[in-house]
Amino acid sequence: MPILRILLLRLLTTVVTLAGVAVIVFFVIRVVPGNPIAMMLPPGATEADIARLSALYGLDKPLVTQFWIWVSGVLQGDFGTSISTRQPVLGLVLGRLPATLELSVMALVMAVVLGGAAALTGTRYRGGRTEGAIDVANGMALSVPDFLWGLILILLFGVLMPVFHISGRVTPSLDLPFSTNFYLFESLIRLRFDLWADIVAHMFMPALALAIPLAAIIGQLLKQSLKETMNLDYVTLARTKGYGETRVILREALRNAALPTLTLVGVQFTFLIGGTVIIERLFSYEGLGNMAIDAVINRDLPLIQGIVLLFAVIFTAVNLIVDLLYAVLNPRLRHA
Amino acid sequence: MTALVIRNLSVRLRKGPPLLRRVSLDLAPGEVRGLVGESGAGKSMIGKAVLGILPPSVEITGGEILLEGTDLLRLPPADRRRRIGASCALIPQDPLTALNPSHRIGPQITDRLVDILGWTRRNADARARELLAEVQIPDPDRVMRSYPHELSGGMRQRILIASAFAAEPRLIVADEPTTALDVTVQKQILKLIAGMQARHGTAILFVTHDLGVVSKVCQRLSVLYSGMVVEDARVADFFRAPRHPYSAALLAATPKYTDPTAGLNPVPDAVIEAVRAEVAAFDREVAHG
Amino acid sequence: MLDGRTLVRRRAGLRLWLSAGWLTLLCLAALLAPWVAPKDPLAQDLFLGRMPPFWMTGAEPGYWLGTDSLGRDVLSRLIHGARVALTVALVAGTITCIVGATLGLLAGFLRGWVDMVISRLIDIWMAFPPVLFSILLIAVLGPGLMSIIIAIVVIDWTRFARVVRAEAMAQGAMDYVASARVAGRGRISTLIREILPNVLPTIVVLLTLEMGIAVIVEAILSFVNLSISTDDPTWGGMISEGRASIHQAWWVLVAPLVTLFLTVLSFSQLGEGLKDRFDPVLR
Repeated sequence: MPILRILLLRLLTTVVTLAGVAVIVFFVIRVVPGNPIAMMLPPGATEADIARLSALYGLDKPLVTQFWIWVSGVLQGDFGTSISTRQPVLGLVLGRLPATLELSVMALVMAVVLGGAAALTGTRYRGGRTEGAIDVANGMALSVPDFLWGLILILLFGVLMPVFHISGRVTPSLDLPFSTNFYLFESLIRLRFDLWADIVAHMFMPALALAIPLAAIIGQLLKQSLKETMNLDYVTLARTKGYGETRVILREALRNAALPTLTLVGVQFTFLIGGTVIIERLFSYEGLGNMAIDAVINRDLPLIQGIVLLFAVIFTAVNLIVDLLYAVLNPRLRHA
Repeated sequence: MTALVIRNLSVRLRKGPPLLRRVSLDLAPGEVRGLVGESGAGKSMIGKAVLGILPPSVEITGGEILLEGTDLLRLPPADRRRRIGASCALIPQDPLTALNPSHRIGPQITDRLVDILGWTRRNADARARELLAEVQIPDPDRVMRSYPHELSGGMRQRILIASAFAAEPRLIVADEPTTALDVTVQKQILKLIAGMQARHGTAILFVTHDLGVVSKVCQRLSVLYSGMVVEDARVADFFRAPRHPYSAALLAATPKYTDPTAGLNPVPDAVIEAVRAEVAAFDREVAHG
Repeated sequence: MLDGRTLVRRRAGLRLWLSAGWLTLLCLAALLAPWVAPKDPLAQDLFLGRMPPFWMTGAEPGYWLGTDSLGRDVLSRLIHGARVALTVALVAGTITCIVGATLGLLAGFLRGWVDMVISRLIDIWMAFPPVLFSILLIAVLGPGLMSIIIAIVVIDWTRFARVVRAEAMAQGAMDYVASARVAGRGRISTLIREILPNVLPTIVVLLTLEMGIAVIVEAILSFVNLSISTDDPTWGGMISEGRASIHQAWWVLVAPLVTLFLTVLSFSQLGEGLKDRFDPVLR
């Protein structure tokens, strides 16, 4: 069974990748100068205090032993205890994950909508000024990274024309009735549109900043492959059936043209998720990335390990999902 | 009423050389006319102009295309499109690329009936089944649920033929429908088209570079050179005595099915020179108004 | 009448020249910083904190782009900041390019276990969020120009390696490479004399893009206070300062933001322009 073999091979490389990430992050952060234990104790703590706490966190053992303890813990679902907050890493990380996931997915949706609209409009009016203008806008959006778009948005729509919130995930004074940390989702389910609007007003700009470069990539790639598809015989045949240009693009060309774009969007989506780290910092959004930067600053080794590993799992999962989606959407592969 | 009349149709590359030079031809209802010529002579261009699928790099500079008396070129684009969709159809050249890989066969046959002509889904499906049976496809129900890549080239060409006849069009443009097929399949497909045409009484504009094909399915033909019609004749008359030296040479250059051992006679240079001079004279005449 | 394509093309030529012009201006500013900067970039004047730039009311003559919260001249800091930005762009960009392209070429051309190892490494690297990775590295290496350069090289070599590997593989499959091998040319010689020249345009385009990215990485690291010491003028540090005082004086953010924006845009437009020049199909 070739499919099964491909799947197994794929899983194996995923495991190798995750193991590599684990090894690298574990040993790299142990080279970080500055004793995390010394940082958490009040000034005036004795050497004995430091030694005692180090022993408590297992930091006095040899590196390889520490690594072994950590890995066997991780395999049993125990990611250790955060040094700066003294809480289990897994709980901390999973508590922040929904915020980052909601932000990333919202950004992805924005990117697909914006990029798709640009590609479809450009294809509909190809060869004219409209397409030229879209190309120029795409080029700009692509050249400038999310960090700068974030700053520009803060300046324009946070300060000069204050439409959106520029920091946080939700207005702190609001009373939140939520039982999960998926605020955006749960506010919809509970029909609390007032809260939903507040959350969107906080998320809109960071999500847009993340979305703009990806939207440009989608716009360019999709337009290019739409234009190629529009010259194919089956599209011409559809035209003779009496369909208008817009119908032809949407009905005949879009689905086939979207396939090559999809694989690339998978990789690009992982870049977008990687971008949340700095964007969350920029917008003081309480997600994983913001927590990660704090963890680095506090030298909170177990927490850093946990977050990096979680990011790696998300990235590989996204790639896997995209591959599966590709197989589902492509009838040729589905029946192979 | 004639099914199709083309009068003085001129087409050129945008700001470039002419591709069709005042082409005129007509097609009676139920008649099959061959359009022959070497590649680049503009025979496909005529079919594309009729169906409104000229590439954007090309423009129509003059003439009329009368479909059952209505000049298509004078209709607003949306009306023209619907008009063509309702009463014309295309049998494309390459069956491997002419079906959308991500749609099932069924909807690709019925889409025009449902979306443009307003049939009910149920009626359109029944019609598609009927036509697939008519083009001798076994198990039409299974085929309608299939994707194109699951079917052979010959099968796909049958489907495209069925699809072309689905809406009982007045006019079909067959654009070299057998060129991309195996020789063995070619004959069957040709027979199939001829049979369908006879039963449905559809006028066909049959684009081909193969005079042998013309002799089998067409009643009349137009010979093109460099976008100009050099001869318009009844097929029987043409094969007995072509009038234009170029078409005579073209006929002589065609291998005879009755005598495949006879050597090929390429079109003599002198004939080419003469017909080129004719084209040049035509262009001069146009330029001087 | 111009149709859309020629219009776009013509505009592309213009963009290429504008980008090159801006980058030249920056280079000059960086080289001549001590002579062209109107003020000392470190000189503080607490009575002149957060002065607006010249087009706004209340601007202080002599301080063209205003001052930051410590009363330091923004224009002078921008000019001196160009030194750090361009050093990082040139040095980090070039080293990253050499490391990444070499690994990519080897993987794509030699295939086999070399490719296996390098591809796995790329996979692992791609599973790291790059910003977090760079922050981690700076935490390990300690702040400073050198650390930033190392961090960029360590993180971004995959950008080159991925693309160059694919290109080298495609080139390696072509007939001319086979005929060179048949003609008796060695593997390394084939790699350098046949493959490299064909991959070079791609590498150059990637290099210009990488320079823009390097400038941004420096800014991001300054932003999280991990770059160079906070007194030295860097664009990222200025942005960080602007972000912090955005509610009191939004204009402090404007000048470094615009400068960074134009610089990144210029590097990438330069790359795009070069790509069009190199690619015979596009031209």
